Amino acid sequence: MTHDDRPPALRLRSARLAYGDRVLWDGLDLDVMPGEFVAVLGPNGSGKTSLLRVLLGLQPLSGGEVEIAGAAVRRGSRRIGYIPQQRAVDSTVTVRGTDLVGLGLDGHRWGLGLRGRSDRRRRVRAAVEAVNATGYASRPLGLLSGGEQQRLRVAQALVGSPDVLLCDEPLLSLDLASQRMVSELIAESARGRDAAVVFVTHEINPVLPVVDRVLYLVDGRFRIGPPDEVMTSEVLSELYRTPVRVLRLGDRIMVMAESGHRVDLGGGLETEQPHHVSDETEGRQP
Amino acid sequence: MNLDALFDIDTTLNLLELGFVRNALLAGAILGLVSGVLGPLVVARNMSFAVHGTAELAFTGAAAALLLGWSVGTGALLGAVVAALILGLLGQRGSERDSVIGAVLAFGLGLGVLLLSLYPGRASSKFSLLVGQIVGVSSTGIALLSVSALAVILVFALLYRPLLFASVDPGVAVARGVPVRLLTPVFAVLVGIATALAVQIVGALLVLSLMVTPGAAASRVTANPALAALLAVLFAEVAVLGGIVLSLAPGVPISSFVTAISFLIYLVCRFVGGARHRRLVASG
Repeated sequence: MTHDDRPPALRLRSARLAYGDRVLWDGLDLDVMPGEFVAVLGPNGSGKTSLLRVLLGLQPLSGGEVEIAGAAVRRGSRRIGYIPQQRAVDSTVTVRGTDLVGLGLDGHRWGLGLRGRSDRRRRVRAAVEAVNATGYASRPLGLLSGGEQQRLRVAQALVGSPDVLLCDEPLLSLDLASQRMVSELIAESARGRDAAVVFVTHEINPVLPVVDRVLYLVDGRFRIGPPDEVMTSEVLSELYRTPVRVLRLGDRIMVMAESGHRVDLGGGLETEQPHHVSDETEGRQP
Repeated sequence: MNLDALFDIDTTLNLLELGFVRNALLAGAILGLVSGVLGPLVVARNMSFAVHGTAELAFTGAAAALLLGWSVGTGALLGAVVAALILGLLGQRGSERDSVIGAVLAFGLGLGVLLLSLYPGRASSKFSLLVGQIVGVSSTGIALLSVSALAVILVFALLYRPLLFASVDPGVAVARGVPVRLLTPVFAVLVGIATALAVQIVGALLVLSLMVTPGAAASRVTANPALAALLAVLFAEVAVLGGIVLSLAPGVPISSFVTAISFLIYLVCRFVGGARHRRLVASG
């Protein structure tokens, strides 16, 4: 995946982001190739979401360079698709799945969009078909399950044929089966279109089968590499500056602080419990 | 009121011949169009309280205009636009918006009451600012109404897609480069202008029956944004034109009928929407 002559879909060079004295990260070099899937992990406040904001052109770097598909980032770039976390949609909001996907195509444009409506409809239908959501795409969004909504979110992000797919915790609040389904759908759709994926998550296990590399951020320190190289007791202990144990349990990775140490391992909870286990109990809910 | 008068069709038909009644109907039709078009997004953006607050400040503006001898329509318009800007700029954060509106609304209404008490003219014109009136939309009033309405609809059409995006899906809209923070006060001003127009017909206290109820009713029965706008316009027109015609013979303020029809439509839509909701959930 990295042995490639093509220009990277996304490039960070000596990137630095700081708010006043607080440095989120510095000296970040990262090339993400077309079709590659990079997971961004780390505790809350480590700058995962800020990295997405930089790539979206909503937040300028404090230093260094960032490029998307060979061009400087800019706000509202058509080269980027964005998938947010699932949120409850109020039933009084008049929007159907197809409207959501359509807005991903031309919601940024001025005017009513009366011209080119048949072309728009055709592209929306194709995007909805590609994520197998045709059966419920014309229903009110508020009546759809979290997994169904996230399928449509994938269609919304892909309908404009982006080069880079930015995902901000898209699995949060989904049950375990939907987590797996949505992460596979994102990975397959992106690979099929040769789009790069930057996937911010606090939980690596649902994306583990599809991840090429991991960017792990902790307090300004970071490590980039394949999961096998980054998700080790040694590397994470170094990043967290406290003893951390990484266990492999079948095809799952469990990260836990050694007893007596409090470490925010990324779930947003200061906990001595391995948060991945608590996620598993969530997955058992109906 | 005399119930027989309500069904006095001859009187109603005779009154419909009159110029000022025609003006009222024309004003009502324009108002129904504007409020219906904006309604679904007002509902989607949870702006009911903002509309109410804006209406109270339109009342303050109108009261000031009465005292200064300006046209009431201009005063209402100025008051509403100032209110919309204040609310749109101060209350960007959802958690703060509610209290900002409450504070500004109370002050504005108090100021309006003071201005009205200083006004030496007839008490009925004071009352009508709060609960609406049938007479008093002059030809110049119609001109101002038409120009304002046209401006609102044109700007709304220009902003339609980003506004819809920002209203129903703000997170992704920001990521796609839609100026969500800028659209909030802009839409608030559009709503403010429409509200000021409504104040002149149904009065400051009952603006919600045209600005919110038809949109809320439409949102109960469809999730299609274009159809929701169309239905909201239809509901608003039925309410405002029906209200005017019914109020002619008994000679009561039109707002009682407008609000009643509007609420009836809302109840029916809730009922129909509830059945639709159950059907969709069952089939899913």
